[in-house]
Amino acid sequence: MTASDTEALPGAIFEESAVLTVEDLSRICAVDERHIVEFVEEGVLQVIEINTTEWRFSGAALRRARVALRLERDLEINLAGVALALDLMEELQQLRRELETRR
Amino acid sequence: MEFKDYYKVMGVARDATEAQIKQAYRKLARKYHPDVSKEKDAEARFKEVGEAYEVLKSPDKRAAYDQLGQGPAAGGEFRPPPDWGTGFEFSGAGERDSSYSDFFESLFGAQGRAQGGRRGDFRPGRGEDHHAKVLLDLDATLHGGSRQLSLRVPEMDAEGRVSTKERVLNVQVPKGILAGQHIRLAGQGARLPGEGPPGDLYIEVEFQPHSLYRVDGRDLYLDLPVAPWEAALGAVVKTPTPTGIVELKIPPGSRAAGKLRLKGRGIPASPPGDFYVVLQIALPAAADAKAKAAYEAFAAAVPFNPRANLGV
Repeated sequence: MTASDTEALPGAIFEESAVLTVEDLSRICAVDERHIVEFVEEGVLQVIEINTTEWRFSGAALRRARVALRLERDLEINLAGVALALDLMEELQQLRRELETRR
Repeated sequence: MEFKDYYKVMGVARDATEAQIKQAYRKLARKYHPDVSKEKDAEARFKEVGEAYEVLKSPDKRAAYDQLGQGPAAGGEFRPPPDWGTGFEFSGAGERDSSYSDFFESLFGAQGRAQGGRRGDFRPGRGEDHHAKVLLDLDATLHGGSRQLSLRVPEMDAEGRVSTKERVLNVQVPKGILAGQHIRLAGQGARLPGEGPPGDLYIEVEFQPHSLYRVDGRDLYLDLPVAPWEAALGAVVKTPTPTGIVELKIPPGSRAAGKLRLKGRGIPASPPGDFYVVLQIALPAAADAKAKAAYEAFAAAVPFNPRANLGV
């Protein structure tokens, strides 16, 4: 072990600073840029409007994209189905939280 | 090595048709998918099912596997027969690169493995970004501080095979990170053999359950027991919060499940979350004559029907 291994690596919260492009998402998720575009067309990901020339995503899009890729690959769901599953999962999580805080 | 009965894992008969196997897989995959499932051991079961399907869906692998018969008696050691795999050529194992069992590896080894699985077009020369997931204690986000994180990261060897390796990193956890968010560690992803810059490492964060607080996004909830007279008459009681013990004012006439909000005392994200105290009325036991007499005096003094809403 070198000295640098024992020092703590400074971690940053990705979502706080990140505004992502199609290219960023494509690189981080290791998929084609075309696939990210399809995600948007099918409602899996939402573009946040910053300017009209290039699509931008919030940092939270990373998690959604990664879950979407896993659902697609593991369950062989098409993109419309993935979008629906993601929305329902979010709603379910919201309801579970409400239930939890009310118990 | 433990023999894996892939038919049993999938819950299908040994003479199941391809369609039946596919159907069984779809059903189990939905049930145990780690992103969807609430089952305790979802991830392990999902891997097991994926491995079984990998073998049974492919006619050549299935035929080879069937040659092994039913395996040794329960608990017995398994070793592939010396002539194993001759006459079969395994290919096209799909894209899954998660770790398969030793049993699978011994049978199908590198040939049966996913080839690459890289789908994107990448800038030449830059290492791939890596992803991992950790379960942090809540204190890490409340107060920040460094944690030893043990990660399973994919690693590619010289022949392009992918395996998962354990890697321990000492990481300064950013204060205020929320469940589902990522810690980004620049330059801690894959390094290519050449010069190019390494990729980044993204660590998705989840929290272990905390002994006192429940987490909802950036807000925290604490169940606070109060005595009936504290709730009825109001009181100032000591309450633990992430930033230390505070004197909390309970307003007179408080009810069970009533919520008190301490603004900005939740997870110190930007903006910070709130801290909610949920009141619970704790009843002292009528354990001795004095306590009994007090309850009786209370009952005599206060006309009260707790079941009035029920019409009885």
